[in-house]
Amino acid sequence: MQSVETMNRFGWGVRGNETTRDLPRDWLARQIREPDAARFTNVGTTADGLIALHTQRMNKVQGDPLVKPIFLAEVTAQMNNLLVTPQPFRERLAWFWFNHFTVSLRQGGTRGIIGAYMREAIRPHVTGRFVDMLNAVMQHPAMLMYLDNASSIGPDSPAGRKGHRGLNENLARECLELHTLSPRGGYTQADVTAFAAILTGWGVDMKSDHPGFTFRANAHEPGEKVLMGRRFAEGQEGGLQALHFLGTHPATYRHIATRMVTHFIADTPDEQDIMHINRVLHDTDGDLAEAALALSTLAGATSGAGKFRSPMDYATAVMRALSMGDTPSRPDDPHSPAYMLFTGFATLGQPLWTAPLPNGWGDRAADWVAPADMLARTDWSWRMAAYQGSGDPLDIAHAVLGPALRQPTMTAMQRAGSRQDALALLFSSPEFQRR
Amino acid sequence: MIIRRRAALLGLATSWVMGSSALALAATSPAGHADDPRLVVIILRGALDGMAAVTPYGDPDLATCRQALVLPEPGAQDGLLDLGGFYGLHPALQNMHDLYAAGQLLPIHAVAGHYRSRSHFEAQDYLESGADERMDSGWLNRAVSCLPQRNAGPDGYGLAMGLTVPLLLRGPASVGSYAPAGAHHPDPELYRQIVALNADDPVTGPALRDALQARGFSDAVMEGDRASITAPHKGGKPDPFMVLSAAAGRMLADRKGPRIAALEIGGWDTHARQVARLGHPLTQLDRGVAALRDSLGPAWSHTVVLAMTEFGRTVRINGTGGTDHGTGTVAFVAGGPVAGGRVMATWPGLRPTQLFENRDLAPTTDLRTVAAGLLCDHLGLAEREMATVFPGATPAPLHGLLRRA
Repeated sequence: MQSVETMNRFGWGVRGNETTRDLPRDWLARQIREPDAARFTNVGTTADGLIALHTQRMNKVQGDPLVKPIFLAEVTAQMNNLLVTPQPFRERLAWFWFNHFTVSLRQGGTRGIIGAYMREAIRPHVTGRFVDMLNAVMQHPAMLMYLDNASSIGPDSPAGRKGHRGLNENLARECLELHTLSPRGGYTQADVTAFAAILTGWGVDMKSDHPGFTFRANAHEPGEKVLMGRRFAEGQEGGLQALHFLGTHPATYRHIATRMVTHFIADTPDEQDIMHINRVLHDTDGDLAEAALALSTLAGATSGAGKFRSPMDYATAVMRALSMGDTPSRPDDPHSPAYMLFTGFATLGQPLWTAPLPNGWGDRAADWVAPADMLARTDWSWRMAAYQGSGDPLDIAHAVLGPALRQPTMTAMQRAGSRQDALALLFSSPEFQRR
Repeated sequence: MIIRRRAALLGLATSWVMGSSALALAATSPAGHADDPRLVVIILRGALDGMAAVTPYGDPDLATCRQALVLPEPGAQDGLLDLGGFYGLHPALQNMHDLYAAGQLLPIHAVAGHYRSRSHFEAQDYLESGADERMDSGWLNRAVSCLPQRNAGPDGYGLAMGLTVPLLLRGPASVGSYAPAGAHHPDPELYRQIVALNADDPVTGPALRDALQARGFSDAVMEGDRASITAPHKGGKPDPFMVLSAAAGRMLADRKGPRIAALEIGGWDTHARQVARLGHPLTQLDRGVAALRDSLGPAWSHTVVLAMTEFGRTVRINGTGGTDHGTGTVAFVAGGPVAGGRVMATWPGLRPTQLFENRDLAPTTDLRTVAAGLLCDHLGLAEREMATVFPGATPAPLHGLLRRA
């Protein structure tokens, strides 16, 4: 496998000023085996975000004055990291798993904590065990707020009997359907209800000095529950056991293997590839590092035109090709590379952390080739190309596409009347639309 | 339009970008004077075929080289606009011909920069830096820094909105940056090339084609027919370069406004179907110059406009009805103080032995001497300062471009 192909398929696009002498497999392995190199500055914790949110609500403050700066600092730090990360493969895994466990700004009021969610619940487990990530996610206030579990109350719990309120199945259902078993796992509505009962009481304490996850015993549905034929005890411990059961279930491994192969290899994944990743997950107790490395050994990793870039992939690849973001951006600068990347996602149809539904953003070409969106890519990349004030566009083309660069693209670029037009042609070529 | 103040991100010039054209401004005095000299430089990016813009119809060898590219002689229908019996102006340049008639337009022919590169990117860098080697600053910026201290305060003109400043105006001198949000699109010709590049792709090909159709481009546009010249600007939508030019003129006319502006306009790289494609950018240029004159008002009599391109195009027609990258070309000097109404040129001739490397119009005037002449005689820079503005082989200013006051 060629290095540039690997860096594109498994990373975020080659930076125009970047070279690697690593063999593709070493390049991938090093990022997985070495610790997470990302350093996020000026960002807050989940507790900070919850305090800001709570304070605004209690004082009925207009205009988001406390949450907005937290959000902007988070955007800046995370966008900077996307542009200059020394570990693009690890970074792609982090965003892949975020999308698997989607939290969206569209509901749940998580603006102040969504970045912290990604840094605290997703990133630490990207090369760990799946079940640990599942645990971290299900106990994170962002997920509990986004999928309404914070307001789910056991009907027979003290709180339920007093307030005549009841279950909210949202998180339980999505966890079974999207995060773990998938419908192929064969669960029933009774299992959904049981799992929702198991998760009652898993909520968010907004009022404490250190706000965050809490187990509210008085909202927890009493008694033993039966999920997928297994018995789970009353209390928080029962929920942890259920997550362990789901997070290590064969149907779960099969489901996440499918999603990984779809994301990294092909829109219509090969059954053999899925089986291979599934086996690795099974044999390693759900070790996501081993599964990630196994992806690069699949035959599909080296063949064909690659995956169609999502808007987020595309915008990031363009700005990386232009070597933008070398100096960190300040959160209050709307002209900074980080902010342009953030607005670029929205311009191209995939606004940051704003997936329409809990199943996250689509992972297939068909999800992203609406004509207007394709033209938006051309217009946006043409504007970005104006920032390239020096250098030969063909050098950039060779650096970022390697052997995938086609002769017609080179010819068109050579004939272009300006550096900006030449780069716009590169960014609008069919080969640049793929990773 | 949004204008805001910020620390300059990209150097210190004012830029304002729309469509394929862009405007950058520099140098102002808080205590400006109504008759301060103004200088506007228009960069024609992509290499203008000087022989199509100002055609030497009197040269007996013209037809042998490029019969299919030559428009009818002056007087004939759709013919050239006469410039004194040997040269004719492209008919799309009607406003500029009016300036010529008023003695305010001076075409200078067979000019070239001091480099002999046929790479757009390299040549544009040299054209703008004005030096023998690539530099991070442009000659117009260095000229601004030579102007008397009445110009630009310590934080400069300071208007900014992101998009880019041409190398021509980048550098140590303090200037600011404009751009209207949104509304920037590539040229129709670039869209056409992009559709062609994706034509065989089953995913991106149909999507791009559909998108452009939805935006009002006809099939003919995408096939590259003559219709592309006007299609995207139908419905009387003002041409972006004209809008920018008018805005530049208004700002330059302001007593406290800037005194130096740079604009750029693309679409000149006519490798194919040149006759059909050149009309659009030439019309844009012509309307832009007229808009500058109109919006400057009385200040036009203190304004000089220099329109220049990175190199010319081959004298002979190529296999696709166009011309390839060449050397000598034309530059335009226009404005109230200009000693115009004539073509300035040492004409090199078009016989094979007279061509540069048997393919290009041989350059007989160094473009830097033209620029130096304007900086000295119009802006009042000293000749010794040319060593700062044009490091390396410092050009001797070409005098006689302006009427003696």
